[in-house]
Amino acid sequence: MDFVNAIILLLNYIFVPALSYGSQLALGAIFVTLIYGILRFANFATGDMMSFGTMFVILFTWYFQSVGISLGVFPTAILAIPFAIIFMVGYMLIIDKFVFKYYRTKKSPPVQLAMVSIGVMFVTQAVVRIIIGPSDRRFFDGEKFLIKAGEFKEMTGLNEGLAIKSTQVITIIVTLILVSTLFWFLNKTKTGKSMRAYSDNEDLALLSGIDPKKIVMTTWIIAGILATIGGALYGLDKSFKPFTYFNNMLPIFAAAIVGGIGNPFGAFLGGYVIAFSEILLTYAYRKFFMYVLPESMEPDGLIQLLSTDYKFAVSFSILVIVLLYRPSGIFKGKVL
Amino acid sequence: MRKNLNVIAAYSIMMGLIILVGIFQSWNIALSIFNLCLISAVMTMGANIQWGYAGLINFGIMGFTALGGLAAVLISVDPVQEAWSAGGFNILLSLFLIIAMVLVVRYILKNFKKSKNRTYIVAATIILGIVIIRFISEPGIEAIENVEPAKTGFLGGLGLPIIFSWVVGAFFAGGLAFVIGKVALGLRADYLAIATLLISEIVIAIIKHEDWLTRGVKNVIGLKRPAPYEVNLQQTDWFINLVEKFNSSKLNLITDLTERQSALNQFVIEGSSVFVKLCYSGLFLVVVIILLILTQKALYSPWGRMMRAIRDNEEAANAMGKNVVKQHLLIFVLGSAIVGIAGAMLVTQDGLFTPGSYRPLRYTFLIWVMVIVGGSGNNFGAILGGFVVWFLWIEAAPIGLYLVNLTTAGLDDTHFLKVHLIESVPYFRFLMMGVGLLVIMRYRPKGILPEKIEIK
Repeated sequence: MDFVNAIILLLNYIFVPALSYGSQLALGAIFVTLIYGILRFANFATGDMMSFGTMFVILFTWYFQSVGISLGVFPTAILAIPFAIIFMVGYMLIIDKFVFKYYRTKKSPPVQLAMVSIGVMFVTQAVVRIIIGPSDRRFFDGEKFLIKAGEFKEMTGLNEGLAIKSTQVITIIVTLILVSTLFWFLNKTKTGKSMRAYSDNEDLALLSGIDPKKIVMTTWIIAGILATIGGALYGLDKSFKPFTYFNNMLPIFAAAIVGGIGNPFGAFLGGYVIAFSEILLTYAYRKFFMYVLPESMEPDGLIQLLSTDYKFAVSFSILVIVLLYRPSGIFKGKVL
Repeated sequence: MRKNLNVIAAYSIMMGLIILVGIFQSWNIALSIFNLCLISAVMTMGANIQWGYAGLINFGIMGFTALGGLAAVLISVDPVQEAWSAGGFNILLSLFLIIAMVLVVRYILKNFKKSKNRTYIVAATIILGIVIIRFISEPGIEAIENVEPAKTGFLGGLGLPIIFSWVVGAFFAGGLAFVIGKVALGLRADYLAIATLLISEIVIAIIKHEDWLTRGVKNVIGLKRPAPYEVNLQQTDWFINLVEKFNSSKLNLITDLTERQSALNQFVIEGSSVFVKLCYSGLFLVVVIILLILTQKALYSPWGRMMRAIRDNEEAANAMGKNVVKQHLLIFVLGSAIVGIAGAMLVTQDGLFTPGSYRPLRYTFLIWVMVIVGGSGNNFGAILGGFVVWFLWIEAAPIGLYLVNLTTAGLDDTHFLKVHLIESVPYFRFLMMGVGLLVIMRYRPKGILPEKIEIK
């Protein structure tokens, strides 16, 4: 029985949170990787673009709430996401037309494009803060828990409760659907294949009659969808604050590079690698060992490898190690 | 003279703007803008050495700034004797162990051939070392943090004048840059950018959470000053006389004696803070000028030519027998050390060390905007960029407010749009920076004062 308790404990505090956090990172990381693979620059505006999309989700959620539309047990935000995506994609296409296109046609080095993306980052940040303000916003409504800790205890008669938030389930399901659609799109459809070809060898792709304008536009549209949904899921699960989103750019970059930048499947897994290692290394295992070990061997300390303060530092250290030993990432990068 | 006309013009306009702030707002604000402009100028010089001279992209400026600030704390704060006796031994022992561990790892790496076993042994040494160090340091750290946590709770520093920390800050930042450079400089440009950005976050995380060393988010306040204190100045005779002389024309207009006295007091209070800021300006100006002379000399020396050759064509420079790896490392260390000086100067000026305030937007990306806008590769340009961007960063809110009032003039004062816009005026600075950067990169990619290399 103790053993089952220990498993439930790990599930509750490590597995479920890491899985949902990892999904959010994975969506962001695929976004980074797509931009890097096809448009060939590191997009430092990632976090702010995500917050821009989330802002529209929130605005539409408020609107729906004010007119009394809701989805019952599901959060209203799900209904708002498609509308937000339209605005987000529009914003991205406008930015591309007025900012990035010039440097792309001039074939500027990637570093210059990265610098330009910093300018975009500042502008996006300003727009978000001017429209919705810098404060913390919660926009979650509907049923909060799928399984409550207390109910679970009653149901199974165990000591440890397992609480599963509905946002966590929504996050994981939506991520799985979105990512599998994306891979289907990249691998099976003609546009997806031409995107991969363009990423692999631009000149050859152009020679075979692939229209670069179409590729770039599709990339921005996919990126907009990923950014909006990723941001909205993070905001539903935690809360929306522009500054947090800006900071999230860092673990997202870590995930993208760990997975091999330019490789969407790697980025997808990289998100989970980062999330799991952050939580595994900073979790205090005391209670787990109390269940597993006999009473005489119970530990006195917290058995925590690193204090939770170093949560971010963990993912960055992993990244630095990966960069040093396998700069192309765990999975080979730059193959879309 | 003629060819430097644009430099002179740009700097005179900048100075004119600051003087205008002094006239229309107050000399206090003008001087605090000027001081921070000077500090920003030092930072941009550091970044410019790396990016402009050598083409190295360093997004870890925040980390080096914070290390400089840490140096200011460690140099100037008086040592906390109780804390040293409570846990000093454990800390010193752990420090010794860390050094021993590094030496062992180095020894293994040097004397054994690359193999799987070697990797395992190195990993085992590191893990074992970390476990032992944690066991030794933990009681020490706890003891130190329990010594009057509200007031100290850390080891304190050396109790030396804070000016020394400017040099020490350079060494701290340079040391970190050496380690980072050793491991990361081989990376491609955009990878290097991301790696340095993340490493600087790690540095900040350590500074924030190692309370025994830095007091962490509890902040260190009341650092010593290289300049006199306002309160003392207000009571010294020569200063009061000086203020009286300066304002004699205004004071003579007042006939009533008590009124005259109170007016004088007001002038003395204002004057004292202006005087302190002037002292700082003097100190900072000395640093900026020394650094400017050194960097200009370096730029036009054979070494500077070599750096540009490496920047413009690494392979060719390599083929000509220049040691690219070594030079990259050198310039990375030098540039970061300059940023470290700026970090120490910043903490000196503020008189407090707040690890929570180090954010990449303000300390990394803004500095990059300064370098790009000012003109990378040109020291005068980089310094001008520091001035212009910092000036706009501070004055963006008043300008934004003015613009909002202008555009919404037709609306009622309580109209929700107007109220909302006025509330969000502080964020216009981001907009201004972003648009400024984009415009400069598009239409004047070499910056306001572009790099000028004379070929004779």
